[in-house]
Amino acid sequence: MINFDYIRMQSVKSTVKALAKFTDAKMIAGGSNLIDLMKRNVTAPTKLIDINLLPLKYIEQSKEGLRIGALALNSQAADHEIVKNKFPLLAMAINAGASPQLRNMASFGGNMMQRTRCTYFYDTSMPCNKREPNSGCGALNGINRMHAIFGANDNCIAVNPSDMNVALIALDAQVVLLNAKKERKMAFADFHKLAEDTPNLDNHLQSNEMIVEILIPENNFSKNSYYVKVRDRNSYAFALVSVAAGLELEGKTIKNARLAMGGVAHKPWRLYDAENYLQGKEINTETFKEAAKIAMKGAKGYGHNDFKLDLAPASILEALMKAAHLS
Amino acid sequence: MENLLNLIPDDTDRTDGILKVTGGATYSAEYKIEGLTYGVLVQSTIAKGKITVLETKKAEGAPGVIKVLSHLNLNNSVPRYAKDDNVTIDRNIQKVFYNDQVYFAGQPIALVIADTYERAVYAASLIKANYQEEKHHTYLEKNLENSISPEGKDYLRNEKDAYKNSEVYLEAEYHQLNNIHNPMELGSITANWESDEKLTVYDKTQGVFGSQKHYAGLYGMDSKNVRVIAPFVGGAFGMALHTWPYQDAAVIGAKITKLPLKLMLTRMQMFTMVGYRPETKQFIGIGASKDGVLNGITHNAWGVTSTYDNFTEGTVGGTQFMYKCPNVNTQYKLVKLDVSNPIWMRGPGEATGMFALECAMDELAFKLNMDPIAFRLKNYATVHPVNNLPWSSKFLDECYELGAKKIGWYNRNPKPKSMTEDGMLVGYGMASGVFNAGRGAATARVILDENGKLTIQSAITDIGPGTGVMMKSVAMDSFKMDAIQIIVELGDTNLPPAPTQGGSNTTSSVGSAVYDACTALKEKMVEVYNQSFGEQKVYDDFKFNKEGFNIKGKSFSYVDLLKKAGLKELEVTRESRSGTERQKYVFNSFSVHFTKVHVHPLTGMVKVKEVVCALDAGKIISEKQARSQMIGGVVGGIGMALTEEGVYDHRYGVYTNNNFADYHVPVHADIPPIDVLFVNKPDPYINPIGAKGLGEVSIIGLAPSIANAIFHATGKRVRDLPITLDKIAIWRD
Ligand SMILES: Cc1cc2nc3c(=O)[nH]c(=O)nc-3n(C[C@H](O)[C@H](O)[C@H](O)COP(=O)(O)OP(=O)(O)OC[C@H]3O[C@@H](n4cnc5c(N)ncnc54)[C@H](O)[C@@H]3O)c2cc1C
Repeated sequence: MINFDYIRMQSVKSTVKALAKFTDAKMIAGGSNLIDLMKRNVTAPTKLIDINLLPLKYIEQSKEGLRIGALALNSQAADHEIVKNKFPLLAMAINAGASPQLRNMASFGGNMMQRTRCTYFYDTSMPCNKREPNSGCGALNGINRMHAIFGANDNCIAVNPSDMNVALIALDAQVVLLNAKKERKMAFADFHKLAEDTPNLDNHLQSNEMIVEILIPENNFSKNSYYVKVRDRNSYAFALVSVAAGLELEGKTIKNARLAMGGVAHKPWRLYDAENYLQGKEINTETFKEAAKIAMKGAKGYGHNDFKLDLAPASILEALMKAAHLS
Repeated sequence: MENLLNLIPDDTDRTDGILKVTGGATYSAEYKIEGLTYGVLVQSTIAKGKITVLETKKAEGAPGVIKVLSHLNLNNSVPRYAKDDNVTIDRNIQKVFYNDQVYFAGQPIALVIADTYERAVYAASLIKANYQEEKHHTYLEKNLENSISPEGKDYLRNEKDAYKNSEVYLEAEYHQLNNIHNPMELGSITANWESDEKLTVYDKTQGVFGSQKHYAGLYGMDSKNVRVIAPFVGGAFGMALHTWPYQDAAVIGAKITKLPLKLMLTRMQMFTMVGYRPETKQFIGIGASKDGVLNGITHNAWGVTSTYDNFTEGTVGGTQFMYKCPNVNTQYKLVKLDVSNPIWMRGPGEATGMFALECAMDELAFKLNMDPIAFRLKNYATVHPVNNLPWSSKFLDECYELGAKKIGWYNRNPKPKSMTEDGMLVGYGMASGVFNAGRGAATARVILDENGKLTIQSAITDIGPGTGVMMKSVAMDSFKMDAIQIIVELGDTNLPPAPTQGGSNTTSSVGSAVYDACTALKEKMVEVYNQSFGEQKVYDDFKFNKEGFNIKGKSFSYVDLLKKAGLKELEVTRESRSGTERQKYVFNSFSVHFTKVHVHPLTGMVKVKEVVCALDAGKIISEKQARSQMIGGVVGGIGMALTEEGVYDHRYGVYTNNNFADYHVPVHADIPPIDVLFVNKPDPYINPIGAKGLGEVSIIGLAPSIANAIFHATGKRVRDLPITLDKIAIWRD
């Protein structure tokens, strides 16, 4: 690990000021991703800005929906009564991630910002365009079992590893970002980006900005939500494929559907076409299979991850069946 | 050690248990020595070639750095290294920093010694190497033609490939990738040269004498000037059977700097520095008559080894004698690749080989439309088919019965993909395991002190099985004493010699030595008694109890005896070893594993729901410890079956998953309730205590039982470990 300065911030204001001043600084929340990356020399900030004392740990109901401070803990949200009752999909997704110890440390902001688990990204002796632009993509013709099947290109086939993000994108969340001058709000769906020509950037956060809040609007999916996580062991492993499904039902008819996948793209992957297809249909296996088929349009495997082309629709079917209480 | 006794709440608990879970156990990286320095290793990033430039200046100038050691400055400072031009010593262990050659990715190429760990880590990151790369080979499948046949490994009984002439036969290929030993405690060592001629090493080792000999050998020293101490070992699974280059680096570094040095590997370094269970490809041809009488088995295996070592293990051995079968031939080949040395890993060889054989048995039983247990019993061997000797004891048939009953084997519908439960496909599988029941020479000392306390000493290490309790249990039984009266001391070259902990030998060897020493101590008491009282009593007159003994109605305490004789303590040392029984019988432990799995009908995710192990390991000395050993083996076996694989990117010859996030050892959620059933009948010939070993048979057969259960659940036969859901491909019909 390279030496660095450590500054502990007391306020949001001083934090964004510091961000404006120090361009190679990094904020540290739970540290559960950042410290690993520093130990592996993947990142080497000269300044660590500790934001844990900032008053951003809240989870509260508001007129627009549920407001979650960027420093609220993953475990805090998963155990929160409002989250469990009104947004069970989020609680399920969070609880499917990592381990209890990690969820006790992981913040919402940190989770949103966690970097890919692509092993070529982590190993500094390997090529990786995300870590070192123009060095190549080690995974493209390498071991790519965990990698993307949607929206990737030869620059980068890494995936966003978060479970929480999959629920947040399905639930139409919004994000509040702040810099020293102004606040801006964007759809969660627009926060992360595809690799395109800049795989080094995971999202649209500017270096002088921080995440302050996540907002989840009210919805009617709470009775029919489900999160499926398919992984290589029964806990404590990243998703091969995960699916967040939320249905608003009127009798057997789908009034409204939300569907998103994790472990398949550089960003949490919302399945708009499948959602549109589901709207107005009756819940049954055939409909769900068709939705899964639609969802898979444009999917592409890179060798070791070809199985995801079969696993993903199977997982979508499973999520929809469980959300509809059909299995 | 004294405090340890006061903490023990239960006679059958581990002697080291409470200390281990309360932080009271001192491991080899935890000794506080005045002026301790810290070593961090730098590793090669290529798989094969030559180091052309090793840039160490920056590191040498970094804060706190005392020394940077590499092939550039080791010179001839290690006499044993300088003695010949071989790149290895002892059992083909690489000489560390010996020359500029790189034999595998992750090879240690430099050691940074600094005053703190953090400073050593930082300085290590400043070292840069340039290489002249050569073409490397790490891919087993693509290098089969470069295999060699280690001597004496091919076996033929009667006709070769006779399976082909059978009414029903099967040919199948099995494969598994590297499994990496991942004990909680990392490889670690603290080396302290008390003078130029006197070395003390706190070592992570399974055998203190092996280490002692190795370190003494480096400098041509008398072994008695090297003391190796390892009272606590945080698991090993075989990785600490050798003394590795990292340990040499520490001993050499400490010698050169004349400062005590501690070196602890990182988890990532564990993947290339302390061995692994090697990737192995296997072929089985097996045939039987329509009514299930085996006719022939062919078993060929190709195991990976390094370019500088011919590591072999018993992969095909079990096939030669597991079943009564007139025609058997086996072949074992080594494929030498640009990788680090493999080493035995729990159930070495047999765990790999029995995966193939016991899957093939299941596959053939299915073809024959026979129950897998009935098929095995039909070909049950009562005389060892290779050397025609009887077994000293064999209750494998009872194991089948015990386990089948417990798991409800005969209530299942044997048809594949026929059972469901809670929306999941249900499968039952079973497989057998076998391992040599050895016995090595071991010495134990027992000391009775004037307070009536008994101390038992042996240099054996306790790497996790509860060896200390085992020793105590034997003594408790011999003297009818309580646990509280007995102190166990182990893991130190200053104690009486014992073999290396491994190969399921420890209870048989050391337990017997303790038994013999206890008996000898009792005999000595008789002598002392006769001398002190001028009597002529014989051994059989003495009835021993926890306070002392009773002679024809008269009670004496141990304390009184010593007082009367004017002795502070009474001490006996005994060596114990096997004898001619080894020529008359074959000694094996046997296990049968039954598993029940759930497989998700859409995604193929597997969850093991239940495991039942039944085993014949002779007399069970400490049931609680034996059960724990079995549970540990099952957990390891679940990893082997479902989650564990060391994955190389062959383009670079490097691991892509050398860490705990990506290399999946099973977690709690993967482990079901585990039932352990013991036949618990003493073996009449193996040793005075009747115990065979069980550390290895705990894992041998577990992986095939799961593979067989998955076949039963899904109708899909996966012959490649680990069985990840993409291999099951449940969506493909
Ligand atoms: C072994 C292991 C297994 C895991 N398994 C899973 C899993 O299965 N599923 C899953 O979803 N996750 C998993 N995780 C990842 C875990 O969820 C993340 O590490 C965690 O969410 C990160 O949160 P943190 O607060 O610790 O972030 P930190 O490590 O503190 O920060 C991460 C990044 O976020 C930035 N950051 C933090 N807060 C803000 C903010 N307010 N605004 C802008 N930037 C900010 C930091 O600068 C840093 O770059 C696993 C992690 C580990 C180590």
